[in-house]
Amino acid sequence: MSNIPSELKYATSHEWVRAEGDGIYTVGITEHAQELLGDMVFVELPDVDDEVDAGEDCAVAESVKAASDIYAPIGGTIVEINEDLEDAPETVNNDAYGDGWLFKIKASDESELDNLLDAEGYANSIDED
Amino acid sequence: MTSKTVLHAKHLEAGAKMVDFHGWEMPINYGSQIEEHHAVRQDAGMFDVSHMTIVDIEGVDAKAFLQKLVANDVAKLTVAGKALYTGMLNEQGGVIDDLIIYFFTETQYRLVVNSATREKDLAHIGAVAADFDVAVTERPEYAMIAVQGPNAKAKTATILDEQQQAAVEGMKPFFGVQAGDLFIATTGYTGEEGYEIVVHNDGAADLWQKLLDAGVRPAGLGARDTLRLEAGMNLYGSDMDETVSPLAANMAWTIAWEPEERDFIGRAAITKQRAEQSSDKLVGLVLESKGVLRGGSKVIVEGGEGVITSGTFSPTLGFSVALARVPRSIGETAQVEMRKKLVDVKVVKPSFVRNGKSII
Repeated sequence: MSNIPSELKYATSHEWVRAEGDGIYTVGITEHAQELLGDMVFVELPDVDDEVDAGEDCAVAESVKAASDIYAPIGGTIVEINEDLEDAPETVNNDAYGDGWLFKIKASDESELDNLLDAEGYANSIDED
Repeated sequence: MTSKTVLHAKHLEAGAKMVDFHGWEMPINYGSQIEEHHAVRQDAGMFDVSHMTIVDIEGVDAKAFLQKLVANDVAKLTVAGKALYTGMLNEQGGVIDDLIIYFFTETQYRLVVNSATREKDLAHIGAVAADFDVAVTERPEYAMIAVQGPNAKAKTATILDEQQQAAVEGMKPFFGVQAGDLFIATTGYTGEEGYEIVVHNDGAADLWQKLLDAGVRPAGLGARDTLRLEAGMNLYGSDMDETVSPLAANMAWTIAWEPEERDFIGRAAITKQRAEQSSDKLVGLVLESKGVLRGGSKVIVEGGEGVITSGTFSPTLGFSVALARVPRSIGETAQVEMRKKLVDVKVVKPSFVRNGKSII
């Protein structure tokens, strides 16, 4: 069973979301997702100031095995991207919930958080895969 | 029902992630495919290739039989132990399988064919053999471990006895020798130096453990695929199959056209293709920007369209490379359809890395 921190929120499409305060949320992909994808070779991120809707594909994680779209778990404005992934995409494999974060969003509507899963809900959703 | 090699428990011990590979439960990686790839390019790695099929051919007609069966000519083999790479073709000139033939004497040869094609290969070999005085014997009692990388030979030497060391000392590429209870060959599928070692099932786990203790790192099918692709070596079922001519699969060098009277299976069909220059050809593609070329993608070239047969991220080069089957009219660049966009790629010879170095 892969690691699913209880303090995060999750999308069924395997992104995690962490509240940083001031309506800012960090987004990454789960341990389970990086295990499925295998060694990461490129990560394409959105641009800072991009406006995204919840559910919109806004990044790509490309591994030795496949290219996988990353969806914005909530809508808002991209306020920061993890530029370190440009030279070290393997950080997503090595530290999916920490240094392997992808981007930060300033939420346009924080009630969208309610549509996401808690750790238990996400664990159940990947059991069904 | 999946088969397991005799090394299955050793893979689990080493933390392997196992997958179904054409009916065999095999290690895809032991954690990181890319680290395993680098281990083979920079040091020494080992692969369990016991799922491959070993077939011994013996009898007074062995040479004549193989001269009929395969596109290359075993008459080129005159030194005991010398190996030859070639294809078995069907009458339409398609590739039934690619294989390595080891020569011992003109009445004794060893073939190593693919595992995914085992049943049809054995059926074909058996059917052709019916007209010859030969015995065809599959050798499932043997396992095979490929030890590859710049330090592979030196690390293997530390676990061989004196006689075995003497037997492999100075052995040129593409040779094999029976050394005590091991058959050791200077062949491989990575573009690095090393050995492929055939060992009895009873001794396989012990040999694997000794290699591990000697500092050889286990590597899975994932790394095996990126290594062979960088080296420009074909994968059966991806880069060629029964519908693809060897002339369209960078296998022209594995065909012996002389002597003209040697009537190998498929000769008439590929002779016509060769005269008409009618087959596609296999080229290398290089994408130096972000993204990974993937098998099955469409390739747009001057005068037509082709297809990527194998594509990957190249860990050695740091960008993506691919093999593609394309019309002969192709120029120095092409476009590949990637995630609904057309991307420019460079066209090169179908070989990218040799002995750890870029050869693009």
